[in-house]
Amino acid sequence: MKRLIEKAETEPGMSVEERLKVLLLAGLDGNENAYHAFLNELSGRLRAYVRKRLFHLHDEVEDIVQETLLAVHNARHTYRTGEPLTAWIYAIARYKLMDFLRMRSRHDAFNEPLDDYVDIFSTCDEEPANDAKRDIGVLLEQLPDKQRLPIVHVKLQGLSVAETAQLTGLSESAVKIGIHRGLKSLAAKIRLFS
Amino acid sequence: MNTDDFISMLATGVKPVDRHVQFKRFAQAIIVGGAGSFILMVMLFGIRPDIGTMLVTPLFWFKMAFPLALATGSLLVLTRLSRPGARIGKRWIAPATPVLVIWIAALAVLAAAPDSERLNLIMGFSWRRCPFNIAILSIPTCVTITWAVRQLAPTRLRPAGAVAGLLAGSVATVAYCLHCPEMGVPFWAMWYLLGIVIPAVLGAVAGPWLLRW
Repeated sequence: MKRLIEKAETEPGMSVEERLKVLLLAGLDGNENAYHAFLNELSGRLRAYVRKRLFHLHDEVEDIVQETLLAVHNARHTYRTGEPLTAWIYAIARYKLMDFLRMRSRHDAFNEPLDDYVDIFSTCDEEPANDAKRDIGVLLEQLPDKQRLPIVHVKLQGLSVAETAQLTGLSESAVKIGIHRGLKSLAAKIRLFS
Repeated sequence: MNTDDFISMLATGVKPVDRHVQFKRFAQAIIVGGAGSFILMVMLFGIRPDIGTMLVTPLFWFKMAFPLALATGSLLVLTRLSRPGARIGKRWIAPATPVLVIWIAALAVLAAAPDSERLNLIMGFSWRRCPFNIAILSIPTCVTITWAVRQLAPTRLRPAGAVAGLLAGSVATVAYCLHCPEMGVPFWAMWYLLGIVIPAVLGAVAGPWLLRW
């Protein structure tokens, strides 16, 4: 099995389907590296898929890619070894894309163009920290606990997901989902203010 | 958060996944929901007094076989609707067959009966209540089966909701059979089926928002 995973990670001769399948199956057995490699390769494929269909909504591509990755992650227990992986992924990607388009057409009136929220926490500037921290604090207060606590612990205090899960009593998946959803609604709030 | 960080976060600390979740959830849902329908049936309507003789009557078992077969067929389809990308194909035949069989049997019974009897065979004496009783008994199964499907990943929500309702109605009808004294095949073909269709229609309506993930 281990050799197969290494082979899947390095050998270009395997088909995408075969390679992704080996990595996913190892991931389902708890192999972190294989699962990471699976999501990594998948994100590239998803990006291409989404971009081709949403060329006029360029800003939202990354958002949908992440939503879809999260959906694949949350639904990973529904994959059956014998079935074609492509069909499984395609069904999820299509579902998430349709869901997004439906929501968008429903809320079009409120929809401002989505800016790149993705970088708000990736750089850190200590200088005007007080103001920034206070502002973020105000916004964070508005989030429900299951989003706020994961963000405070993981993104601001730098704890690991596992530590945060232990500290808050949430499951690790819930912490991950909380961060994702929380950052997204924070970004929406920031856009509203600016 | 950029996508690379997001992926690292998702992958960090993944635990081995239970590959039999689907089987377990549906088993739990049907057992708990079925028990709920049974208890509700005993409380609201009571088991028919002649159940002792019924248990050795072939016609009674034919009656039970209809909802049981429909439940099995809809479960087969529902397990596939709960997983992304799983094809249904010809599996629709599984839940369609019991309906066809009971309709053919009902028509045969009606054809053989004298003119004056036909209406009685269809209407029985409880046609007014029967479908609603079944719909009421399906409340526990609707709850548990929705719970089960929500833990999986349906991507076609309307069909998934409809078939979930079909399964819930069929299981409830098994419980109702233990109460309902009607023994006319045309009655079952008409009113039992209608009772099962009520939760199925509700499921088709509610599916898109109940099962969304």
